[in-house]
Amino acid sequence: MNNSRILIYDGSFNGFLTAIFVAFEEKVQVVGIQKSSVCQSGLFSETQTVLTQVDKAKRVWEGIKKRSRSAIKNIYFAYLSEQEGIELLLYRYVLKLFSKDGDVVRNYADGTVLKISQLARSVGREKHRMEAFVRFQLTKDGIYFAHIEPDFDVLPLISKHFRSRYADQYWLIYDVRRRYGLYYNLEKTEIVTLDLKQACTNSIHRNPALQDEEHAYQDLWNNYFKSTNIKSRINLKLHTQHVPKRYWKYLSEKKPAVQA
Amino acid sequence: MSFERIREKLNILADAAKYDVSCASSGSTRSNKNKGLGNSTGMGICHSYTEDGRCVSLLKILMTNHCIFDCAYCVTRKSNDIPRAAFKIQEVVDLTLNFYRRNYIEGLFLSSGIFKSADYTMERLIAVAKKLREEGNFNGYIHLKSIPGASDELMRQAGLYADRLSVNIEVPTVSGLKLLAPDKKHEDFTKPMLKVKNEIIQYRAERKIIKSTPKYAPAGQSTQMIIGATGESDKDIMYSAVHYYTHYNMKRVYYSGYVPVADDSRLPALGSQVPMLRENRLYQTDWLLRFYGFQVTEILNSEHPNLDIDVDPKLGWALRNLHHFPVDINKADKVLLARVPGIGMRSVDKLIQARRFRKLNWEHLKRIGLALNRAKYFITCDSSHWEHRDLEADKIKGMILQNSSGKFRKEYGKQLQLF
Repeated sequence: MNNSRILIYDGSFNGFLTAIFVAFEEKVQVVGIQKSSVCQSGLFSETQTVLTQVDKAKRVWEGIKKRSRSAIKNIYFAYLSEQEGIELLLYRYVLKLFSKDGDVVRNYADGTVLKISQLARSVGREKHRMEAFVRFQLTKDGIYFAHIEPDFDVLPLISKHFRSRYADQYWLIYDVRRRYGLYYNLEKTEIVTLDLKQACTNSIHRNPALQDEEHAYQDLWNNYFKSTNIKSRINLKLHTQHVPKRYWKYLSEKKPAVQA
Repeated sequence: MSFERIREKLNILADAAKYDVSCASSGSTRSNKNKGLGNSTGMGICHSYTEDGRCVSLLKILMTNHCIFDCAYCVTRKSNDIPRAAFKIQEVVDLTLNFYRRNYIEGLFLSSGIFKSADYTMERLIAVAKKLREEGNFNGYIHLKSIPGASDELMRQAGLYADRLSVNIEVPTVSGLKLLAPDKKHEDFTKPMLKVKNEIIQYRAERKIIKSTPKYAPAGQSTQMIIGATGESDKDIMYSAVHYYTHYNMKRVYYSGYVPVADDSRLPALGSQVPMLRENRLYQTDWLLRFYGFQVTEILNSEHPNLDIDVDPKLGWALRNLHHFPVDINKADKVLLARVPGIGMRSVDKLIQARRFRKLNWEHLKRIGLALNRAKYFITCDSSHWEHRDLEADKIKGMILQNSSGKFRKEYGKQLQLF
């Protein structure tokens, strides 16, 4: 009881891994792991602030990876879900991983394991959605620019996809909700933060920052989207199931629907 | 270029191409070479969905809707009075590249009405693909239509630029084809199919020995059949689908409920319902054959030439074969688990992994995500509560239907029998 603590970390994934390291090393009875920005101290437990140390984080990462490759993927994906209390859940997951022999990762009858794998799947789904729903708009500076507002923090996961696909064009994908973006300069991607006055959502008004040609292509795409629909098979329920409404405002083909 | 004119053409030629249901962009991996544009990762991405719920993955257009043929089921048939248009090669290339750069699409699906001759048409399709690959340095997905009657040499070239090739067989029976498309011969469809199949086999074999052998249609070929135009049975359709899967190594056979586009006494009248539920049942059957280890003869045979409309084909099969059940979730092998109604392949894998750790009970099964409303009549698990009664098939069916809902229910909405 005397060693029970809430660990506070800086909010980065490396920080979280360091917290796990500390928990194992100092044999802490972990009652919570919290980001420093949102921490609440418990009534009966002490708090301990963990300083992020990349080498320790790396040891944890490698250690888990050695145990199971799918576990490390699940952990990273589930972490990005930003669910409340995800850190503690992941800590329990890691405990299970190290306490038993055998591939606990597939013990789907275990609540924690199932929950983590479901969360990881949700994040994976969101990643895939973002690979599909990003809509670049060509600015006058020659940058293909896109806004997104994903449910989970998937930017780090989609970087590779866009880097290898659009290797010959400048592009920037900006997460409006989390206020950071990825910029690709033909060499590598870097993290940028912008001071955006307003998100560049679907608008019937011409945006002066965009090339004229851009409006023409959006118009063509919009037309294509309408022409390829078969009216006698209309199924709006299925449509919104595949393209949930929360994404519409950034999809140029749904522009009229958003305006209406 | 004039965007006004392009927009007009795009509207006409996208509208004409939309009856092709294939929009797959999966099955091919092409990496981005020398900082070019695009790649295909093998999994395919649906960038949007139309209001009819179909995926938009490729820019699906016709090169032209001028056509010398007069197939009754086709919207671009020569005798149909519709606006006609034709794209220039460069226009298709520009559209594709600009859509692709904005992340609207995975690539191009180019088909065409047949003008002048099959070979002339095929040459134009190949020219677009070639230009995209060689001048646009484009590594995205390209699906070309094999024009029925195109020469072997052109089919060979087409496969070198395209990821997938397809010929739509359209009418599943030879007699139906005679009725609806008297100008076309069955061999016109199968000849390019056979050529492509053989080339794929040959290139693949060579690639194993010489690694630099170019890829030939890496995503294989597919075909499509129209459903409900000629009064064919589900058995006719699925047996001919199986024929194409086995004899031509098809990656996919698509089933397209006939959308009435012509006032023709040989066809369902304009305005009649698109057989969407039937289409759905056929796809379910297709999946059972390809992933669940079913043989087509088990599901469709001379005793049961048509699929059940009110229940899915797997449940239908199970109800006819109750002697295989109940299955013990904790012991049954993979093949048998896959045959239980309400258990999909993902659940099968999860069950097999999870039961290595402990015996599974109803609570576990529910959380893993089985459709217990159907499965519970066919399984036992680590619990003494299971369906002990020796129920008859009709009774089980009645109970399942009563405890579930379906969006098509109103279409066959006759009063359900109460046990």
